[in-house]
Amino acid sequence: MLEARQLGCTRGERTLFGDVSFTLEARGLLHVAGANGSGKTSLLRILCGLGAADGGEVCWRGEPIRELREAYWRDMVYLGHAHALKDDLTAAENLRVACEIAGRPAAHDAIQPALAQFGVAHCAQLPARALSQGQKRRSALARLALSRQARLWILDEPFSALDVAAVSQLENFILDYVEQGGSVIFTTHQDGAIAARATQKLDLDTAQVAAC
Amino acid sequence: MLSVMRAVIARDLTLAWRRKADVFIAVLFFVIVASLFPLGIGPEPQLLRAIGPGVVWVAALLASMLALSRLFAADYADGTLEQMLLAATPLSVIVIAKVIAHWIAANLPLVLIAPLLGLQFGLPGEALAVLALALALGTPCVSLIGAIGAALTLGVRGGGVLLALLVLPLYAPVLIMGALAVEATSTGMSAAPYLLLLAALSLAALSLAPWAIAAALRIAFE
Repeated sequence: MLEARQLGCTRGERTLFGDVSFTLEARGLLHVAGANGSGKTSLLRILCGLGAADGGEVCWRGEPIRELREAYWRDMVYLGHAHALKDDLTAAENLRVACEIAGRPAAHDAIQPALAQFGVAHCAQLPARALSQGQKRRSALARLALSRQARLWILDEPFSALDVAAVSQLENFILDYVEQGGSVIFTTHQDGAIAARATQKLDLDTAQVAAC
Repeated sequence: MLSVMRAVIARDLTLAWRRKADVFIAVLFFVIVASLFPLGIGPEPQLLRAIGPGVVWVAALLASMLALSRLFAADYADGTLEQMLLAATPLSVIVIAKVIAHWIAANLPLVLIAPLLGLQFGLPGEALAVLALALALGTPCVSLIGAIGAALTLGVRGGGVLLALLVLPLYAPVLIMGALAVEATSTGMSAAPYLLLLAALSLAALSLAPWAIAAALRIAFE
């Protein structure tokens, strides 16, 4: 479904990676690994269409994403380092607006269960500025609960700031989504259950993809 | 598409309402700048009446600039802007919604308060109405041009100053037409040609600016 062909990325004088190619099918779980500064975030931003590669192409269902644009983004969810929460909106308002902007409006009564799924239902009416980093991360991740119809999730360090219980909960959530036909690309420095269950691993230090 | 526009406008207006101080500061700045001129020039009615339209317009443009740098910067910093870039709705549509919300929150209060400031310059009643109408027709163009500048300077160090240098010269046609509309009314002539030109400028900006803003935002992320 998602195909990366000979992607390269240079920042200033430094080549982060070159000639990265892989194919991710439905029910695929790709773990992007590499040392700090190896270009994991840059690669994910290229894959979701936010960044431009120095070479190569990303295709979704055989079509280049630069041509598909909104049609690709309708099928894709990207969660980056930033939580994408407005400090002056409550967790519930943030979630509702994020879904509306993404083009997947959520029913009013779906917001609370989505937050509950990530253990922040009690924070629903609190402004995001009053939440801890972990609670903000959970609130941001609650978007996933309302985006199961999207066919591809691209998650940059989704486990950062989460406690042990939340990490396990999110791992199960992602694995369940993959079992139901979704595809996920994620980065993490943790050797948790999800890294062990990945169907492919891309090591950016060597630009090699290995089936797991 | 319309539901996304509604969501973005409602979100930005809610944020503006919860950060009322930002709106209040811009209005206060407008009042202070426009009020300093009569104090500095002295109580010469003819002179005040002559410079009044231009002074109120310049003060409004400067006050409008205050909110401009925040138009995309806050969304850029907290990651919500990149989610807008990845939305299933064209970015130019989202940008139009953001500019509409910006105009309501930042420029509409200036339009409403401008006739009161015009009183300080001894402008006649009809001229005060034309002043408000000219601002209402011209400030959408100001918001749209300003948004191009805000997008181009996104993430640039010292972007606030650069933004002012970039967009203030481009405000000149709106300023000239706006001031002439009020002046024409004060001298008993018709303001209609100037008001129509202001409306035309705003419509032209509406037809071109959203695509330029969207392109500038995408460049800022690459």
